[in-house]
Formats: sequence, C-alpha cells, structure tokens
Amino acid sequence: MEDLETVKFQPVIFADYSPGEAIRKAVGISRQDVLFELKESKIKGRGGAGFPTATKWMLTAAAKADKKYVVCNADEGEPGTFKDRFLLLEHPELVFDGMVVGGITVGAQKGFVYLRAEYEYMLKSLEDYLQQMKKDNLLGENILQSKYNFDIEIRLGSGAYVCGEETALIESLEGHRGEARNRPPYPVNTGFMGFPTTVNNVETFAAVSHIITKGGEWFRNYGTDKSTGIKLFSVSGDCEKPGVYELPWGTTISEILDLAGASNTKAVQVGGASGYCYPKTQFDRKLAYEDAGTGGSIMIFNESRSMLKILKNFMEFFVEESCGQCTPCRIGNAKLLDGIEKLEKGEYTFKYINQLIDLGRSMQVASKCGLGQTSPNSFISILENFREEIFAKSSGGRNVN
Amino acid sequence: MDVLEKNSITEEITGLIEQFGRDRSSLLPVLQGVQRKHQHISDFAQQEIARLLDIHPVEVYSVISFYSFLHSKPKGRNTIRLCKTIICDLLGKNEIEEALERELGIKFGETTNDKNITLEYANCLGMCDQGPALIVNERVYTKVTPQKVIEILNGIN
Repeated sequence: MEDLETVKFQPVIFADYSPGEAIRKAVGISRQDVLFELKESKIKGRGGAGFPTATKWMLTAAAKADKKYVVCNADEGEPGTFKDRFLLLEHPELVFDGMVVGGITVGAQKGFVYLRAEYEYMLKSLEDYLQQMKKDNLLGENILQSKYNFDIEIRLGSGAYVCGEETALIESLEGHRGEARNRPPYPVNTGFMGFPTTVNNVETFAAVSHIITKGGEWFRNYGTDKSTGIKLFSVSGDCEKPGVYELPWGTTISEILDLAGASNTKAVQVGGASGYCYPKTQFDRKLAYEDAGTGGSIMIFNESRSMLKILKNFMEFFVEESCGQCTPCRIGNAKLLDGIEKLEKGEYTFKYINQLIDLGRSMQVASKCGLGQTSPNSFISILENFREEIFAKSSGGRNVN
Repeated sequence: MDVLEKNSITEEITGLIEQFGRDRSSLLPVLQGVQRKHQHISDFAQQEIARLLDIHPVEVYSVISFYSFLHSKPKGRNTIRLCKTIICDLLGKNEIEEALERELGIKFGETTNDKNITLEYANCLGMCDQGPALIVNERVYTKVTPQKVIEILNGIN
C-alpha cells in the first residue's frame, strides 16, 4: 500500500492524545458525567445518518438486561469513503479507547468491531494492538484496577455493503444473512442476541475519546449549531490532492474543491453512491446535517466525465448490493438501471423517465432499510441537475412525447 | 472425497468451532476459516458445519450464498479482486482489467487452468484516493498500472 497522503487542517481528531487517556478519565468519573460531556458536545453519528450519540448511549444505558454490547461499525462500504481505513490504520487508540468508554458508560462487557472483509489486511495489526491494550490493563478484567470489565473482539464481514446498516450488521454478527430488521424495536433495546446494543461508527468512537478528555464544550466550538465539531471527509476523484480532510461542519463544497486542488469541476457527489449529486450552481452548499449531510464521501467529477456513465456505475452497485429482502429495493433498483440503459441507447420517452423518478420517490419511502431508501438519491439528483447533458447526449432524436 | 480427507475436514471444523464457540453466531468466522484454507466451502464441509452447530444445512448454504466473499464452488488458490466502483473506474480500471485478462488468458469470473488464480470484481475497496486498486487474497495494491500488474502476478506463487 502507498503512503497515506493525508491533509490535516483542524486539530481535533489529530489533537494531542496519549493512548488510554479517555479510559483513564472514564474510570474516574461517573457514567452520568460521561453522558453529560457527550450531550454537551452535541455530537451526532459519523456514519451519515446523524443520530445523536448521547441519546443512543443513554437509551442503551437505561435498558435493563443481563448483558449489553457495544459494536463498532467498521463496514465502511459506501463508495468514496475511506476515512475509517485511515483511523483504524493510523489511530486505532482513539477508536478502541472510545469503545471502552462506551462499554463503561452503557454497562456492556463485550464489544465487537465488525471489520469489512476488504480490510482484512489490517486485522493483524489491530489484533496486536488489542493484545497490547490487555497487557496495559486498558482492556479485560478490572480495567485500570476499576470495577469495569470490557473485552473487544474483531469479527470480519464477508463482502456485503448492506451490513453497514446496523440491524443487518447485527444479523451478520449472529451468523445470519445480512438482512435488515424492522425498526423499531431498535438495537438499543434488542440488538445482538436480543440484548441492548449500541452500534456506532468508527469515527464516532474516535471523536468520543477526544470529547471525554477535552470536554464537550471544546468540541462544540467547531462546526455549526446543528452540526457540531469537525468531520473527516474522504475526498477523491478529479482533483490534485485526494485524501482524508479534517474540516469543521459548515465548510462549503467549493471550499473543499479549493483545498483539494480541483479545477474544471462539473459535479460533486456528496455522501457516496447513496448521496446527492450537486451541480456548479450549488457549490455554495454547506456540508452539514442541516444542509448537505454526509458520512464524509466527496467525489469530484470534472467536465470530461459523463454523468450518465457515473450514474450507471452507481445503479449497478445498488442492484448487486440490494439484499433482495424487500420488493421496492430489489425490483426498484433493477428498474432504475433498466432506465439508464434505455437512456444510453436513446430509447425512452420523457413520460417513462418521469415514471422512474416517481418510482425512485416510492422506494425512498417504501424500502425497509437505508439501502433502498437512499439508493434513488443519485438517480433523482443526477437526472434533475444534469437534464440537459443527459438528454442531449442520449436522445438521438428518437424520444417521443 | 475420500475418508481421510473427510476426517481431516471434520477435524478442522471441530477446531474452528472450539475456537469461536459452539454457537450460531460463530457461523461466519467458521465459514471464513474453512474458506481461507480451501478457497471454498464444499457440500461436505457445509453439512459438517451444520451438524456440529446443530442447524439445518440449508441455513449454512443460505448464508454462504448471501455473502460475495464466500463460495460453495471451488476457486483458484489465489483470488484477485479488482475494484470496479466509480473512482477506480475513472482512474483507469479498464486498462488494469485488460492487462489481467491478457496476462492470465482468462476473463473475469474465470479461474486459470492450473487452478492458481481466479479473477473477480469487487465493489469499492475504500482506496478511492489511491486508485485503481485491487486485492490479492487479502493484500491490497493501490495506484495499479498495467506494468505493476505483471509484477503483482509474478509475486503470486
């Protein structure tokens, strides 16, 4: 693997931190104090959905059960996302310490890291790191001579994008097909093996380690009112400096383009294949949960790229990765891909294309899990924002209506 | 499959189950363990896993068929998975695809005659900042060029 070409701008995730610091702090204060700092920070889930982390942990802590679990979602499968790869390789201490703090706070004794199969090459170094934590008494029984016990086990995925959805991930951990469950009930009540489980993104755990040591207020100084703190953005595509960027929420798309050295940019896909595609006229949009929300994937496309080709790649991805459990997603994605192939050949009517956009909107409300609810986003946003290009290239004069 | 071979597979599966626990939640790690050694999970291995975990063999097959990295049919000793998601595609995936097919004399989805290498596609490998990317078994290669493909292939025994 090549050296990581990472650009660092804001000193938050990369702030000074000595391994084990957050655990030392957490064993010395009460669970309520940990939850208080998290609430003060107003941090929301870094996977993209943006659920308040403090609320998730409070619900798991409040649930009454013999066992509880903490799960780190390292199934980073969203096209264009690689910040978790960076964190796990360069800063495993932040991620694992955050998990231990989670275990102490919610009252869990066991944690799982669900690592995607594509990242198996990191397994050895991560397991070695966990062994070292055990030797340093940061993991295992009576952590730092406290009453807390917590252990972490790494489980590998086997190549299924849908397992990034938290209930599908839990199904997979239980040894089943990764098919999403109905929600509610939520994992905070009935998660792994029916026990209360908190599932958080790799980056969320890393941020928690800093919040616990430096305070919620310090974290809240960055970002916007509704999207506090900083975010790791995975920037790729047509630019001079692709890599992981640490920036405050509220940064605009054009600011990122400048930092990354992108020129002649036609479109920016925010949030991966399941996100939205923004044209030039919207590059002043802010990256934040309240505007252009994202798990951190920023894909840049310049004027030479065909939007139809990009869209086709996304839809082929969803057709393959749909678990097939619910009809809107299984059939819907295939129909949208059919539509793209017809557009390529110029065999379409505008009535048909509009029907497909309506189908996409139905999928957004009728699909069972996040996969089918978000897969039409790129289809709808590309067809709406790049109408002229798509219809000029593909019409061939054969369209009627 | 002869009796000795069957016994050794049963022994292997028993070992994996001891390691991960005799529980349904151990199914994936057990399947991954069998596949790591044999590149696929044979019908016999599936039945043994089912028997030893006390679940129906269909359950085992159903799980294997769900995950793209698990196989019930034999594969090559090494698997090359080329990322075909958009950024790697824009960064020159096609050239890499052609180089691999040309050098190995097979198409994607196929295995070389000597059963050494299987070519497959993968969805986003999380290497978009360093594409085109591919993985050989579990090792990742980035910024792959047609020239580098030859070095990578030479490195596979």
